[in-house]
Amino acid sequence: MDFLFLKKYGWYYLNGAKNTILLTCIAITFGIILGLIFALFRLSNNKLLRYIAVTYIEIIRGTPILIQIMILYFGISQYISLPEIPALSKIIGYDSSDFMIGAAAVAINSGAYVAEIIRAGIQSINKGQMEAARSLGLGSSMAMRYVIIPQAFKNILPALGNEFVTLVKETSIVSVIGIMELTKAGDIVRGATAKGFEPLLVAASVYFCITFAASRFVAFLERRMKASD
Amino acid sequence: MIKVSNLHKKFGKLNVLKGINTNIEKGEIVVIIGPSGSGKSTFLRCLNMLEEPDQGEVIFQGIKLNDKKCNIDQQRQKMGMVFQQFNLFPHMTIVENIILAPTKLKKENEDEAKRKAVQLLKKVGLEDKADSYPNQLSGGQKQRIAIVRALAMSPEVMLFDEPTSALDPEMVGEVLEVMKGLAKDGMTMVVVTHEMGFAKEVATRVMFMDQGLIVEEGTPKDVFDNPQNPRIKEFLSKVL
Ligand SMILES: Nc1ncnc2c1ncn2[C@@H]1O[C@H](COP(=O)(O)OP(=O)(O)OP(=O)(O)O)[C@@H](O)[C@H]1O
Ligand SMILES: [Mg+2]
Repeated sequence: MDFLFLKKYGWYYLNGAKNTILLTCIAITFGIILGLIFALFRLSNNKLLRYIAVTYIEIIRGTPILIQIMILYFGISQYISLPEIPALSKIIGYDSSDFMIGAAAVAINSGAYVAEIIRAGIQSINKGQMEAARSLGLGSSMAMRYVIIPQAFKNILPALGNEFVTLVKETSIVSVIGIMELTKAGDIVRGATAKGFEPLLVAASVYFCITFAASRFVAFLERRMKASD
Repeated sequence: MIKVSNLHKKFGKLNVLKGINTNIEKGEIVVIIGPSGSGKSTFLRCLNMLEEPDQGEVIFQGIKLNDKKCNIDQQRQKMGMVFQQFNLFPHMTIVENIILAPTKLKKENEDEAKRKAVQLLKKVGLEDKADSYPNQLSGGQKQRIAIVRALAMSPEVMLFDEPTSALDPEMVGEVLEVMKGLAKDGMTMVVVTHEMGFAKEVATRVMFMDQGLIVEEGTPKDVFDNPQNPRIKEFLSKVL
């Protein structure tokens, strides 16, 4: 084995790792927003909203993410093109609009899983909490906002942390639409060096470092949360 | 103040309330007693629509509560409720628990609401707990806070569902004292309890429920010393 190629190509991995982390952060942020919206839809009294939420969640969870991302990239982007965000392009090192499609696909996918996590979290809160809030005169959305959701988020923090770590790996899927993240970086280096194996090992190690650091960080947050109880 | 007529409530096939009629006047302390499963909690919860009646009506200060047009959230601000399990919000400090509803619903400013909260806390002897979290308190303290939280909205009536049943015996007294204080101040109260001593001492009216109906009601003297219904005699002989 020979890793001397890193001298020349190492920065590809650094750049890829940066974009992987960026993608993950964007995807988890929008995934949580989508997840919260659809969890609330799913639990709402409105039949139509419930129906929309169930459809979204079931379709996303019932189809491969690879297909989802290709549908978004080849299908939908034929009709609408995302505007380029110059600042973002500068950070990632090339045109941001493909990057945004990739991030959107991962976020939409993650949102379905997060919706289920949040729904379970909300349902795990003792129903006396909602009753107490309502008996004070708070409407159902205020009761959700001030009483139920804060408690639910505390409970599901470990699961959300897990989702974050999963997403770091899941973002590798966007390499299929040519986004320059860690997996794509490994690919490019493989092509450039004509080495089949070592560049992959490097990519895997970098993924592992990221996920390991992320799970340590999540564990740290959890301990902090527990201590504040 | 609260007029209940022909109130019915079913859970699935289980017929829990079978036609309740009563009238609760301002200043009354109504104590509801009766065997387990007789529908006491369900009746109480129908008064503020935590349970929706199937039939009949609940009229609070002239407003029919089980009506689509009624803004129940607004009416509930005037009806405090205290639960057996306290139901304090564990992620908020005591003072945050107390000022949540006044600041969000009555748009009181935070300092003003806090000042009022501390005043109420003084009344129940817990002003030093203002910045504690609920899980740092004993059961009796939690229930006193729950009462204060309801009072912070200055309700017209207070509903209590077995407020002392989840407490260790040595803590029952402190909560009953607070309730007696409230009664003395003229608060209208509806109390479901198994504390017969409290009923005898404080109630202006005792209501005995059995199998979804008010079987007998009257002054504590009437109901305890001279019950007409044999079911009451049986019930009292078990609890006294
Ligand atoms: N949400 C519900 N769903 C189904 N059944 C219920 C529900 N709430 C109460 N019940 C049933 O209705 C009956 C009356 O309940 P309720 O709580 O009103 O009785 P209670 O007089 O308060 O009794 P206890 O003294 O044990 O508190 C019981 O048989 C109970 O199991
Ligand atoms: Mg009960």
